Amino acid sequence: MSDIVIRVENLSKQYRIGASQKNRNFREAIKESLKEPFRRAQRLFRGSAPGLSESDQTIWALKDVSFEIRGGDLLGIIGRNGSGKSTLLKVLSRITEPTSGEVQIVGRIRSLLEVGTGFHPELTGRENIYLNGAILGMKKGEIRQKFDEIVAFAEVEKFIDTPIKRYSSGMYLRLAFAVAAHLESEILIVDEVLAVGDARFQRKCLNKMQEVGEQGRTVLFVSHSMPTITRLCKRAILLNEGKLIAEGPAHTIVRTYLSGSDDASAGERIWTNAQQMPGGEVARLCAVRIKTEDGKIANTVAINKSVEVEMEYDVLKPGYVLLPHFQLMNEEGVIVFKALDIDPAWRKRSRPAGHFVSKALIPGNLLQEGLHFVWVALITLEPLIVQFYEPDVVAFQIIESNDGESARGDYTGDISGTVRPLLKWTTVFSPARQPGTN
Amino acid sequence: MNTDKMVSDLVSQARSAVEKKSSSKDQALPVIRIRPSRGWVSLKPRELWEYRELLYFFVWKDIKVRYKQTILGGSWAVIQPFFTMVVFSLFFGKLAKVPSDGIPYPIFSYAALVPWSFFANGLNQGSNSLVGNSNLITKVYFPRMAMPIASVLAGIVDFVLAFAVLLGMIFYFGIVPTINIVWLPLLLMLSFITALGVSLWLSALYVQFHDIRHIVPFLTQIWLFATPIAYPSSLLGEPWRTLYGANPMVGVVEGFRWALLDTNTAPGPMIIVSSLVAIALLFSGAFYFRRMEKTFADVV
Repeated sequence: MSDIVIRVENLSKQYRIGASQKNRNFREAIKESLKEPFRRAQRLFRGSAPGLSESDQTIWALKDVSFEIRGGDLLGIIGRNGSGKSTLLKVLSRITEPTSGEVQIVGRIRSLLEVGTGFHPELTGRENIYLNGAILGMKKGEIRQKFDEIVAFAEVEKFIDTPIKRYSSGMYLRLAFAVAAHLESEILIVDEVLAVGDARFQRKCLNKMQEVGEQGRTVLFVSHSMPTITRLCKRAILLNEGKLIAEGPAHTIVRTYLSGSDDASAGERIWTNAQQMPGGEVARLCAVRIKTEDGKIANTVAINKSVEVEMEYDVLKPGYVLLPHFQLMNEEGVIVFKALDIDPAWRKRSRPAGHFVSKALIPGNLLQEGLHFVWVALITLEPLIVQFYEPDVVAFQIIESNDGESARGDYTGDISGTVRPLLKWTTVFSPARQPGTN
Repeated sequence: MNTDKMVSDLVSQARSAVEKKSSSKDQALPVIRIRPSRGWVSLKPRELWEYRELLYFFVWKDIKVRYKQTILGGSWAVIQPFFTMVVFSLFFGKLAKVPSDGIPYPIFSYAALVPWSFFANGLNQGSNSLVGNSNLITKVYFPRMAMPIASVLAGIVDFVLAFAVLLGMIFYFGIVPTINIVWLPLLLMLSFITALGVSLWLSALYVQFHDIRHIVPFLTQIWLFATPIAYPSSLLGEPWRTLYGANPMVGVVEGFRWALLDTNTAPGPMIIVSSLVAIALLFSGAFYFRRMEKTFADVV
């Protein structure tokens, strides 16, 4: 299964932007077409690239993108809006042609850039399953064979012969997803279609997709939800302004993407130049580190292992009671917690000038899997003055671990929540009373 | 779930079988190459044939949806040509005394209006097909030509309904159709080719130039009067009559009258001219369509 199924070589796609592209009227077009041969001849003599008028403003939606996907891979495609993700999917699904470069695909490819493509409100659920299935590339026999399964998945058995314009939006989406989830092909391309629908059904679809991935099918998946990417995909590529800027294991790429720079991805941030150190006249921040149990600087920590947040700072003016603290923020922007330094050695005690290192140990089996951003701060208590307050200094990823006990137990599905503590569970059991024995 | 598992097992079995004979791998799984096309491109009729099921579903949908939530439903297919015939009979037949090749004027005009309606509706739906289905074009791949073809084909149902009324009128007026009726399918084909040829041109142009929306109703109206529907082509002398066949609908309309109503105006040479023009329209339209196809998703 490790054959290369998609090979993308130097793929580029140029779009013309500006008024000249869309809805031109005849007069302009005729005027242009009269001028065009002259312009072309001119360019020919000058030897510049043919095909484009100089007056056109152009933009490269994709520029020299090359990568390979092996059979059975689940590849996540991430990038900001306008980075070329959708264009890449459109080129791969043959909806639009590249400007240059080549793609070779081995196997049947189906794409899902939208759910319910071609659904017609006047047609019944049954009719739309057939229509939508055919549009997505299923054969009639295949649809017939899977029909019951699709209807059951969508949970719309009662309304299957009702026109879908009478459906609630939830039913409509479920039906659309159900057809999509039953697509069969060696390669599947999925755009951000799971962003809609209720949470429970989303999970059902994700599980179905995961199931599909385990069957050896190749999936390309675009999503803005980083937990979804890291959970579903093994590998990922990162696009920025049409260029492929990173490729590798999904966790690494997601971290690179979220941090926006290399600084935060290292698990350590050091200020060497005193001028640049954040801080006030009492204290200055020198460094922040994330360390694992064994004292190594890391940006990835197993969920059941403890994490140490280390803050290094210089105290310039003696005589103040300091309160170092930090907070963790997850990918959704939720503050997971805020922790204040309560070390009894320095609590309520004014500090002398010098170099300090404050460490806080976050126990294992507390944080949820996913990326955590660290904000660090230090204040003086009397008077209450903020010395430094630095958001997103470092980031680290909590990853699932297969060894040792974790709050997951034997469950393999999605576990939601901001934290995932390992609790102590006890069970009280009383045997069922046998009838007739009393 | 079970069938899923089964099929996926089959796929992986097929794959492992394929991997053993890696030399024949490309035959087992289709290989798609995506690269920019340049200039004029092939028509790819084979691919269109592979997508025939989708084409069928498009036609089926068009037919299903066409008269949904209308009171009169399918009878609209008859009402339009029938009332046009009534109006023509009144104004051209009765008042203007337009000649009708010795046939009662109502059936003379209705026999022409039936294929004309098929053509005009096909032209209308066909040229709208790409822009009207832009959501499909920007989201799914399929040979885009399936869209105008399906739109024109879907008109067959309307044609059949209107034609049934035509047969009723033929009996009512006591006309006995001749053996020439066997040519009807070919004449219908000719009108299909013409409608498709024009639709291919207009639908591809419409993607770029939304002016087409305003041109189509206007074009249909002009074309209606440029075709001998309200009047016979026998008003023209030779060689003008044969040259008149350069409007392919002239051949279709006169052919229908000749085959069904036994007009003594056998349109032989005229139909040849019409057929040649129709085929030229179809091929030029198809090539233009294929050339523009790559821009559809970006522009529509």
